[in-house]
Amino acid sequence: MGKKLLAIIALLLLPLSLAYADEHSNKLTLMKGVPAQKFIMPRPPIDKGLWPCSQCHKGMPPGPKRKLTMMHQDIVLKHMPGGWCYDCHNPNNRDTLKLFTGESVSFDQSYLVCGQCHGFIFQEWKHGLHGKRVGMWNGVKTYYQCINCHWPHEPHFKPIVPWPAPIKPADIKYGN
Amino acid sequence: MKKTKDERRALKVNRRTLLKGTLAAAAATMLPLNRADASFSDFWESFFQKHFREMTEAEKEKVVARLEKEYEEKYKIAIKVGIEPAMPGVLFGYGLDLSRCIGCRTCEYACVAENNQSIDPQIHWIQVLRFKKEDPKFPDFEHAEKYYNAALAPQPGYFYMPIQCQQCENPACTRACPTQATWKEPDGIVTIDYNWCIGCRYCMAACPYGARHFNWGEPHRAPQDINPNTHYLGNRPRYRGVVEKCTFCIQRSRKGKYTACVEACPVGARKFGNLLDPNSEIRYMIANKRVFRLKEDLNTSPKFFYFFDFGGTR
Repeated sequence: MGKKLLAIIALLLLPLSLAYADEHSNKLTLMKGVPAQKFIMPRPPIDKGLWPCSQCHKGMPPGPKRKLTMMHQDIVLKHMPGGWCYDCHNPNNRDTLKLFTGESVSFDQSYLVCGQCHGFIFQEWKHGLHGKRVGMWNGVKTYYQCINCHWPHEPHFKPIVPWPAPIKPADIKYGN
Repeated sequence: MKKTKDERRALKVNRRTLLKGTLAAAAATMLPLNRADASFSDFWESFFQKHFREMTEAEKEKVVARLEKEYEEKYKIAIKVGIEPAMPGVLFGYGLDLSRCIGCRTCEYACVAENNQSIDPQIHWIQVLRFKKEDPKFPDFEHAEKYYNAALAPQPGYFYMPIQCQQCENPACTRACPTQATWKEPDGIVTIDYNWCIGCRYCMAACPYGARHFNWGEPHRAPQDINPNTHYLGNRPRYRGVVEKCTFCIQRSRKGKYTACVEACPVGARKFGNLLDPNSEIRYMIANKRVFRLKEDLNTSPKFFYFFDFGGTR
C-alpha cells in the first residue's frame, strides 16, 4: 500500500520536474559602470506539454531541409525571409537556442538571440524603454521578454479588440 | 383675540427665548439629519476638520479612522485609507510612447478599476484621443476623436494619444482653488482633498488639459468593485460635488509600485519612474528620445512626457 502511494506521488510530481518554471530571474547589465540588475522574467510562451523539446526530439537527427510536421504544423514564418529553423534553434541540443557564433543560449535568455539583429531595440529594452515592466518602480520588476509580446515566428504585434468608447457627456444621466 | 394674547403670554416668547430658538434651529439645519447614525462628534470633527497639510500625524490618523468608519457604514465593506507621505528624493515622471500606443483603452478601464471612479455617472481620468496620421491640424484637439469605435485596434491611418493629468510642476489648477483644497505634493503629484473641495470647479476651468473631472451626481459603484486599498489624497470614495483627477495612483506609487495604467498597457507604451534617479528609464527616455510636453507654451511644465520610439539617438 505504502509503495503504491509513493508511486502515485512520484507520478504526480513527475510533470512538475519536467515543467518549465513560471518565472525565473535574470541579471542584466544595463550600462557600463552600473552593476547588473536582477529582473524577474515571465516564462516564455511555450506550451507546457511540449516542453522540454528533447522529449520528442530525442534520437531524431536534425534534417537537412525545413519540414513542419506533427506538433509544428501551425508554424508560419513571417520573420527573416530566407531564414530557417537552425538560424535560431540549436540542432545539437534541442532544449536551447543558438547564436550566430554557434554558442548555445537557454530559452530563458532568448533576448540574446533577438538582440543579434535588433540591436537598438535590444539596447532600449535593457534600459526599460521598449517593452513592458511591471512590479516596483524602485525595486524588483517583472520584465517581459521579447517573446512574451512578439511570437518569434510571426513577430508583428497583433491588433486587439479595444474597450468601448466612453459615454458622451450629453448621454450621461444624473438621476439623483 | 384676547385668547391668543394669553397664549403668547403663556409661551413667554421674549427676546432671549427667541434668540435661543433661532440659534438652535440654525444649528439643527447644519446637522446631517439624513445620517442619523453618525454621531455628533463625528459630524463636528468632519465640519471643523483642519487642512490636511496642517494636521499632525495623530490628527491624520484620527481623520482616517473616522473616514474608514463612515465608508464601512456606507459601502458595507472595509476600506483602508492610507496616508503615506511622499518619499524623500523622489519626483515622479511619466513617459508615453506615441509610436507604440494602439488606442485600445485598456489603460482607461484599468484606471477606473484601480481608482474607484464612479461607474454611473461615468467618470474616466484617462481620455484616449484618435488623430488622423499626417493631419496638418495636429495637435489641435478640436480635431481629435474621443468617442471612436473600432472592431480592432490599432486602425491603419490613425494614431492615438492618451491624455490624463500632466502633473505640472507649475500647475494652474492649484492656484485657482479658493479653498486650497488642491496642491502639489513634494513628490510632484497634484492632489485634491475631497473634504475641503467645495465644488466651485475653478480648477477645471484653469486646467489646460481637461484632466479634472466633477462628480455631478452621487458617485455609484458596486461595493464588490471597490478597491479597498486607498489613499486619503487618491482613490478613496468620493462625494457628490467634488473634483477628482489622476494622482499617478498615489496609493501604489508611494509604496514603490508602478501605476495601474503602466501595468495594464498591453504594448508597454507607458513608462513611469523617478525623475531624480539618473538610472531610471524615465531619465534615459528624456536623454535619448524625441520628447515633447503638451502645451509647453503655457509654462505649466508638465512631468508627463510624450515621446517617439523612432528617430532621435539610434
